[in-house]
Amino acid sequence: MDILLAIAIMALGAVVLGAALGFAAIKFKVEGDPLVEKIEAILPQTQCGQCGFPGCKPYAEAIVNGEEINKCPPGGTEGVQRLADLLGREVKPLDAEEKPKSVAIIDENTCIGCTLCIQACPVDAIVGAAKQMHTIIGQQCTGCELCLPPCPVECIHMEVIQETIDNWKWKYPVVEMRVETTDKAAPMKEAA
Amino acid sequence: MLMNLFKFKGGVKPPSNKLQSNHLPIAQAPMPSRLVVPLHQSIGGTPQPIVAAGDHVLKGQKIGEADGWISAAVHAPTSGTVLEVAMHVRPHPSGLDSLCVVIEPDGKDEWITRTPIDHKAAAPADVFHHLQQCGIVGLGGAGFPAHGKLTPSKGVAMDELIINGAECEPFITCDDLLMRERADEVVRGIAVFRDLLQPKRVLIGIEDNKPEAIAAMQAAVDAQNEPFSVVAVPTLYPAGGAKQLIRVLTGKEVPGSMRSTADMGVQVFNVGTAYSAWRAVAHGEPLISRILTITGNVHAPRNYEVLIGTPMGELLALAQPHPDTDGILMGGPMMGFLVPNPQVPVVKTTNCLIAHDDRLFPPKAPEMPCIRCGSCAQVCPHELQPFEMYWFSRAKNFGKTQEYNIFDCIECGCCSYVCPSRIPLVQYFRFAKSEIWAREREKNAADAAKSRFEFKQVREEREKAEKAEKLAKAAAAQAAKKAAEAAAAANTENATAPTAETVTTPAVADPAAAAVNPEKEAKRATIEAAMARAKAQREAVQPKNTESLTPEQQKAAAEIEARRVAAHLIEPEPVASAPASEKPE
Amino acid sequence: MFAPAPFLLKDVSVSQVMIQVCVALIPGIAAYASLVGPAILVQIVVATLSALLAEAAMLKLRGKSMAMFLTDGSAIVTAWLIALTFPPLAPWWLVATGTVFAIIVAKHLYGGLGQNPFNPAMVAFAVCIVAFPALMSQWPSVGLQLGLIEQMNIILGWAPRVDALSGATPLDAMKTALKLGEGGFDVTALLANQDIYGNFAGRGWEWVASGYLLGGLWLWQRKLITWHVPVSFIASMSVLSGALWLYSPSQFASPLFHLLSGGAMLGAFFIATDPVSGCTTPRGKLIFGAGAGLLAYIIRVFGGYPDGVAFAVLLMNLSAPLIDLLTQPPVFGMKDKA
Repeated sequence: MDILLAIAIMALGAVVLGAALGFAAIKFKVEGDPLVEKIEAILPQTQCGQCGFPGCKPYAEAIVNGEEINKCPPGGTEGVQRLADLLGREVKPLDAEEKPKSVAIIDENTCIGCTLCIQACPVDAIVGAAKQMHTIIGQQCTGCELCLPPCPVECIHMEVIQETIDNWKWKYPVVEMRVETTDKAAPMKEAA
Repeated sequence: MLMNLFKFKGGVKPPSNKLQSNHLPIAQAPMPSRLVVPLHQSIGGTPQPIVAAGDHVLKGQKIGEADGWISAAVHAPTSGTVLEVAMHVRPHPSGLDSLCVVIEPDGKDEWITRTPIDHKAAAPADVFHHLQQCGIVGLGGAGFPAHGKLTPSKGVAMDELIINGAECEPFITCDDLLMRERADEVVRGIAVFRDLLQPKRVLIGIEDNKPEAIAAMQAAVDAQNEPFSVVAVPTLYPAGGAKQLIRVLTGKEVPGSMRSTADMGVQVFNVGTAYSAWRAVAHGEPLISRILTITGNVHAPRNYEVLIGTPMGELLALAQPHPDTDGILMGGPMMGFLVPNPQVPVVKTTNCLIAHDDRLFPPKAPEMPCIRCGSCAQVCPHELQPFEMYWFSRAKNFGKTQEYNIFDCIECGCCSYVCPSRIPLVQYFRFAKSEIWAREREKNAADAAKSRFEFKQVREEREKAEKAEKLAKAAAAQAAKKAAEAAAAANTENATAPTAETVTTPAVADPAAAAVNPEKEAKRATIEAAMARAKAQREAVQPKNTESLTPEQQKAAAEIEARRVAAHLIEPEPVASAPASEKPE
Repeated sequence: MFAPAPFLLKDVSVSQVMIQVCVALIPGIAAYASLVGPAILVQIVVATLSALLAEAAMLKLRGKSMAMFLTDGSAIVTAWLIALTFPPLAPWWLVATGTVFAIIVAKHLYGGLGQNPFNPAMVAFAVCIVAFPALMSQWPSVGLQLGLIEQMNIILGWAPRVDALSGATPLDAMKTALKLGEGGFDVTALLANQDIYGNFAGRGWEWVASGYLLGGLWLWQRKLITWHVPVSFIASMSVLSGALWLYSPSQFASPLFHLLSGGAMLGAFFIATDPVSGCTTPRGKLIFGAGAGLLAYIIRVFGGYPDGVAFAVLLMNLSAPLIDLLTQPPVFGMKDKA
């Protein structure tokens, strides 16, 4: 009798909880895959395809389906780190060399106005018309390098973004700070 | 002046070191051999140069035009010749270069025509414009264009105008001397601000370690019969911080997130700003010189009136630095920074130069771990928890630093000053803040790129659909006349040719046009030659930017290339160049 | 160019802080030594030496700078607190084991200076009282007057641990009496009749506690500790003990007895104020002190151990991060909204 009661109680509990879970699944259904969005937020949106997927979103979807997280060179080691943190996966070394952030520059004397780079640019950062000289809107260029291969005259090259006062960052404090100051302070002595 | 003063929490009392430099009157610094005037000297837009190398300029002539509302013009500090407009190092902790106008003085010091303005008669907008054109910016440190602070916030009554003469940083005495010697003009400048802002009361806060300055200001206020209160505030660093002075004088606490103190009905100006505003209004003189303290490890510490753009090394030489001087500190020892070399010019916000040596400023002992003693929290004037912010900044957990209100930090340095573990706390906070800003920028760029990418995809879809529709129509029309072959050709074209213009080009007419147009033919030849050159180059050296690669890197690049091909993102080389050779025809 | 502001630094350092804590302990140590004899000084030496040795070994293993960390004095403070909380005639190896455990496990395995979530000295006390309950409960009878040589012999294990050693602290005696008495027992009578209870809290013990109080007040005056923890510790212990004392003076001792006996004063001023393992916000410190005071009273009166300060502090250490998180003070300008 006791056993039957116990079974009945457990069964009832299972039914109630199952119903609650089922209700929650319908009531709080999440549209879309929030994980893909979270991954996409970490990816640099260069749309460069260096990962082997045609854009950042396809790569994000592929990561959810088990693709490696170390295939995004523009995201760099830090990007891999953040993906690993998000997904609880292991940090792997980047599957390519890490490059400094760059922008594409068109050599305007060589450009023949073929519009091929315009078509290749995933973010519409190149302006120009057929047989007219093209130019790159530096602020919108993501540095994906997709415009380099189509150019028939190789007039596009990448330029590393230089540090200026506007994008300069304070450095992480290092414990040993005397070494650097002394050698740079040397010219002071002459002046003083 | 008896008045109920308030207290702010925290604060420190470092040795003031002001007596060395405040006993001598302000001296005029000699004309330097060369003036380097950076164009970006205030918060806001970077002024555009309006002179070029070789131009002759007069003293006070505008050389940089204000860029936008929050920006102020820049002027030639003396008459002479513009040597160049080029990148030179500017006083900034980064030690990086920015655009500067280099002027060789001609020694005549010849003024341009100066036009004063009657601020009482003129419309406020005209006065603001005049101040902007005279390059008047806050001289207390941040360099915010003064005219930008002279409009009350909408819907908030302007209760108090506060004039900051606290000068709480050790070593600095330039405001002290300015108030002692030129109190009259300072008070007149305050009256200008008062007339523009119409506050209920005007409070002049001066730290009580400057009795002469307090007396001089009081005398000037009495002489001009102005209803200003000169208030001695207790000496406690950082009482001269805008928000701390507001707290002490009015009891109001302006939150760190509030961008303008005017939203709380208070506005703060430095005494030096009031003085230079008066010079601009009454004499039409732009801001081309300022008073600065030269002190530290020198024989003859003193205050000098100095032209903007004077190299710091030349100024320091006036005060005869001791031979063991190993650097120049711009600003006070609590918030200043070492400039990268003695050629760095004086700018509008340079209030003090301190000759640095290890005796005055002993080298920092190595950083020890934080023992959570809480000293930093006790001295923080913004009542933050610096050790918690340090913990998360160190771990680069920037989200957490923001939860602990890192952006309320004013970087006053009190926490670093008292830290028994000598942790460069402020440095960690600056690092965290600039990382957060950089990430914000990156995030915005990524979002913009994403939306542009998505838009492009939508547009391509739409174009494809439109094209298909057009072709279908054309095919239907032609089907009656001609056979289906035309439509089939169009379809294959559609598959390979990506843009509208190739399709709209009448393909049939082209060869004929090319034949009758030798000019076009010649052009085609040059293009083909260029392409052949490029191809040769490509074959000689694989992609340009991969010249000096290790085999592994080449392998990695090749893999990426292979993945791209697999993803049909780019077509293999020969195919890619094929449409290009067809197109000009 | 890298030399961050501020360029002026106050002349303070971790080692200065630690040395001042040691100095503040001296009045209490002096009173303690006059109560139980020079043994306590021997124990301090034993603890200090073993702490420095363990510290040096761990620094070497962890590749940290000896010059920087061995001189910071934190190990010495831990060692002194251990020596002062262990029975004064405990065998030397017990003190040494406790100290080494404190330095290696409670401090360095958690990351060293500034990283330990628990007060190392209290961890040592807790571990030893669990592992060696008998030895940790042997306090010299107050009547026992031994010279340095005799005490040394006992500490070093060359002389038998005589019965006179297994005396009880006033607290312990009180608790035993409470348990045996089963209602027929009267604290007032006990205090009046028996020798070891002295004037307030056992002869001589009130002087030791006063010595700690004096040192603690000096630390407060030097601004090395704030008033929050000691005041809330003493207040909560007084309120609880006072309430029970008023309820039944025959069963419970007065607040004064509790404050001046055992580790109450040492705990209030030197142990619960440890910044590394304690709370740091002002309100957090109040909660921390109050919690430690309450728990110490409950454990020492109703629990199975002679004193409750160590466990009380450890339990509060456990909750310190949460208390800190929940008691963040509002920042400048945000007080209305908070």
